[in-house]
Amino acid sequence: MYPSRFAYLAPTSVEEVVAALGEHEGAKVIAGGQSLIPVLKLRVASVDTMVDINGLPGLDGIEQDGDTLRIGALVRHADAERSPLLTKRYGLLGATARLVADPLVRNRGTVCGSLAHADPQGDWGSAMLAARAHVVVRGAKGERTIAVEELALGPFSTTLEPDEVITEVRVPDPGPRTGGAYLKLERKVGDFATAAVGVQVTLDNGKVGQAGIGLTGVGATNLRATAAEDLLRGNEPTDDVIREAAALAAQAAEPQSDNRGSAEYKRNVVRVYCERGLRTAISAARAGEE
Amino acid sequence: MTQLESPTTPELHTVEVTVNGQARSADVEARLLLVHFLRQTLGLTGTHVGCDTTSCGACAVLVDGTPVKSCTMLAVQVDGAEITTVEGLVQGGQLHPIQQAFHEEHGLQCGFCTPGMMLTSVALLAENADPSDDEIRWALSGQICRCTGYQNIVAAVHRAAELSKEG
Repeated sequence: MYPSRFAYLAPTSVEEVVAALGEHEGAKVIAGGQSLIPVLKLRVASVDTMVDINGLPGLDGIEQDGDTLRIGALVRHADAERSPLLTKRYGLLGATARLVADPLVRNRGTVCGSLAHADPQGDWGSAMLAARAHVVVRGAKGERTIAVEELALGPFSTTLEPDEVITEVRVPDPGPRTGGAYLKLERKVGDFATAAVGVQVTLDNGKVGQAGIGLTGVGATNLRATAAEDLLRGNEPTDDVIREAAALAAQAAEPQSDNRGSAEYKRNVVRVYCERGLRTAISAARAGEE
Repeated sequence: MTQLESPTTPELHTVEVTVNGQARSADVEARLLLVHFLRQTLGLTGTHVGCDTTSCGACAVLVDGTPVKSCTMLAVQVDGAEITTVEGLVQGGQLHPIQQAFHEEHGLQCGFCTPGMMLTSVALLAENADPSDDEIRWALSGQICRCTGYQNIVAAVHRAAELSKEG
């Protein structure tokens, strides 16, 4: 299968990318291309001009910058999977990286590209919702940051302007005593999630200081289980509290029945995975750095 | 069909790559996939098109040593890169250790997935000279074999690790 014809630009600076996106209507950014190329081949989508950002310098780093973790636009899933930084307090992100697609796709696909693609089945969207991340965006009007929660409007639709490109995602340092988990049910390696849950918990004197829960594949976008987070915050994470939070997360899910499972089944997977994820995250937080 | 889509002459881009140690160059359309560049432009048909939907890994090749699905990359994106395909494994008429190991351990039946399986295994062994069963299965988990049940492929990767150590 071939994509339909498009013009191709390979700029070498963010300014050139923004200019190219502004000049060419119907232009689209390509980073890893592991979602874009398949949809172009299937002709579900087409682009008039492809703007390849792989030649841009300085966007392939994962670094701790003060109280922010910065992940550049050309960081591949495999880079995230292998990063020693994405452990412990950032354990949610490391766990997510390992479960994105399959190893070959992870060698090409990027974290920021996944966020820009806004597939409700995407794993990074949920993880970054739970981690309270922001994306940094450059466009003709300059730079702005968008909370990941404000990024996706619906399936494959975002609040990015046509001339804007994500340059990095910023994850706030959740502090010590933080643990995370990402649990994903898939029929086979590389399949999209039947359902998945990303969890991050920070403890404060034995109680939950901060909790983030993101849901994958059970709504028109990745969803944040806000009521479950609210219940956890300020409470001791007892078995009863964990079970109740998991039940609230399941209520927040808006699954559809399809060939991966019925809506009822997926909702129950969310409940079970949320409970397991919370237990894993809390025990990691307890074992976490002082 | 192409003419119906666009009556204009397509814009061509020069791609210069090193494929299996040889410098190759061609003028290609931006939409040309890497797998078609290898098979049709360069005539290297050892790389197979399997599912053509980024699922099976039959088209895996090494780009600068990293295994990728060549059906999900554009030829223009490998400009300046070093590519290894299955044709590049044999050295001076001698089977590469991974080829010898697939032969000895019967790591293939129909052979369709084999080029991709071998290239990903080469990349794994370059990083990890003595991988465990789990590490091998993890590394190959993006690739589908419909014949072997994977058992002999895993055995072949272990055998290749031994052969590489024996030198």
